[in-house]
Amino acid sequence: MKKVYKGSRPIMATFVLIGGMIGLLFAIGLSVSFGAADIDFATVWSAVFQYSPELTSHQIIQEIRLPRVLGAALVGACFAVSGTIMQGMTRNPLADSGLLGLNAGAAFMLAVCFAFFPNLPYMYIIHFAFLGAALGAGLVYGVGSLAKGGLTPMRLVLAGAAVSALLTALSEGIAIYYRIGQDLAFWYAGGVSGTKWEHLQIMTPWIVAAIIGAIMLSKSITLLSLGDEVAIGLGQRTGTIKFFGAIVVLVLAGAAVSVVGAVGFVGLIVPHLTRFLVGNDYRWIVPCSAILGSLLVVLADFAARMVNPPYETPIGALIALIGVPFFLYLARKGGKEI
Amino acid sequence: MIEKKYVSAYQQKRHRKNTLLISTLILLILAMMIISMNTGFIRLTPWETIRTLFGMGTEKQNLILFEFRLPRIVIAVLVGMALAVSGGILQGVSRNALADPGILGINAGAGLAVMLFISFFPSTKATPVFFLPLLAFIGAGLTAALIYILSYKRGEGISPIRLLLTGVAVAAGISAAMIVLTLRLSPEDYQFVAVWLAGSIWGSNWKFVIALLPWVLLLLPFAYVKARVLNTLHLGEIPATGLGLAIQRERLILLAVAVGLAGASVSVSGGIGFVGLIAPHLARQLVGAKHQYLIPTAALIGALLIITADTIGRWIIEPSEIPAGIVVAVIGAPYFLYLLAKSKA
Repeated sequence: MKKVYKGSRPIMATFVLIGGMIGLLFAIGLSVSFGAADIDFATVWSAVFQYSPELTSHQIIQEIRLPRVLGAALVGACFAVSGTIMQGMTRNPLADSGLLGLNAGAAFMLAVCFAFFPNLPYMYIIHFAFLGAALGAGLVYGVGSLAKGGLTPMRLVLAGAAVSALLTALSEGIAIYYRIGQDLAFWYAGGVSGTKWEHLQIMTPWIVAAIIGAIMLSKSITLLSLGDEVAIGLGQRTGTIKFFGAIVVLVLAGAAVSVVGAVGFVGLIVPHLTRFLVGNDYRWIVPCSAILGSLLVVLADFAARMVNPPYETPIGALIALIGVPFFLYLARKGGKEI
Repeated sequence: MIEKKYVSAYQQKRHRKNTLLISTLILLILAMMIISMNTGFIRLTPWETIRTLFGMGTEKQNLILFEFRLPRIVIAVLVGMALAVSGGILQGVSRNALADPGILGINAGAGLAVMLFISFFPSTKATPVFFLPLLAFIGAGLTAALIYILSYKRGEGISPIRLLLTGVAVAAGISAAMIVLTLRLSPEDYQFVAVWLAGSIWGSNWKFVIALLPWVLLLLPFAYVKARVLNTLHLGEIPATGLGLAIQRERLILLAVAVGLAGASVSVSGGIGFVGLIAPHLARQLVGAKHQYLIPTAALIGALLIITADTIGRWIIEPSEIPAGIVVAVIGAPYFLYLLAKSKA
């Protein structure tokens, strides 16, 4: 058993966890105090701990900036952990909720919600997002596994691209038919600006449960990442693990998309970076990738507001700016096995 | 002697079969054109359509048919042919059955060039009609070059798989850039770009027909002339060299043709994907892998596909319409998935 964890670096992992936490708190503070109206750190502090509703700056922080930055942090953790679990379970270096059709599926169900149940509370919308993610993933994996020769990474990526194209076309059709294009536009672009406390209240329990689930599964996923035969040989019930892993992935991707829309590549980049830093023990990788994913999205959101001040650049686009070259690098490096 | 006779008899039979097939396709396209002419916010009966076509319609009927419906139908046909042949060439050159200008990101590159122009010179929609296909060609060409360079590996050349993965990534990057650009547009320009990006035959105006026509008239026959080269390239690099083909040069020429066709059609119809994938595949199943038959058949199937998709899109939710690109994706994506599931590892 010891051999399995040979590449693990617990000291580095601890460092990443603690350093990442500090970095995240710092980034959150930075993000809360900068914006269309500059507010100094002391005011931020008092807005959080001695909130007085009469002050405009306190209101901006409490009602707009704080939910937004916390939303970014949660969503980042979601995308990163879902990517981590997918990459570990499928041993596919290109797995990511955006590339494999989960995001497009969730966005499609949101379009359906907007068109047919216009005033549905967020409480129910989030369930539809889970269903949509399951729909996208089901289609991609269904097609991939029907193929002779099984699920090669290339097949999954291509199936994901086609399923995403299909679901996006359907959502566009619905948007045009029901004239809800404006309402849906920000979801395609991806942005956390619309996050409210209500969203956070509803999604947090799901996300916390799913991340705890991911941590509980992490030991088994380390073994799965060595290959199904090895995992079975070591006494793992691979079917059960994959089933629970899939549920964790769907809840995380669905919840994240229901808040920020189809932001891709976070789930692709962060797990690779984390494995590079802390080795290949998923008991460390899962929590570390959660922190690093939060950090990435909080910083991306901060940058999105800073690039072109009165306007907001969509974070989806900013992250793609890093994500695409990274994907290309992986596709090149893995040219042989892919 | 006997053998030769047998072969030529077989070829004759095949030739007759293909002629029959091509005539059927042309008839189908003509039928679809007439249906398309009837369809729309103001209905014309088939009889009225025919009367108007021969110059016996009322002023209103003339206006609807000649100024709105007919240019749009002609563009649908031209775009369908161009995209289908572009896909057919890409599949032949890359020897990859899943290549298509949409999946490889070439359409996205052409779209980006047009978008850039619109966002830096807004509200000049009246002037640069003839300029747009050229612009789209440059965008498509640069993207194709980028994908080619990125998927090239010293010693290994271009692997079809790396080419596809690179294309997917480049397409994702370009879409991200486009989203940033769309958000900076004024509301009117945004509306225009959104419909165009979804793959609508928006340039329903004779000016766009004239802008598109030279590209199609020049490049389609050229692709047909190159059918033999495509047959040879399809055999693989080593046999093709053995047969005395200047592979690198021919490949570049053919890629330029594919890029030109895709770019020109994107400039008038936005990103219609999957046509370049479906049409050559169906053609291959109908007439076999010989490009002399494959290219014209694919062109006709492509034309039929887009004209049908455009008609469905206009008919399904009158008085507004669904862009043809969406209709094609709804048909095309399942077909792509089916091909993917059938493909060998």
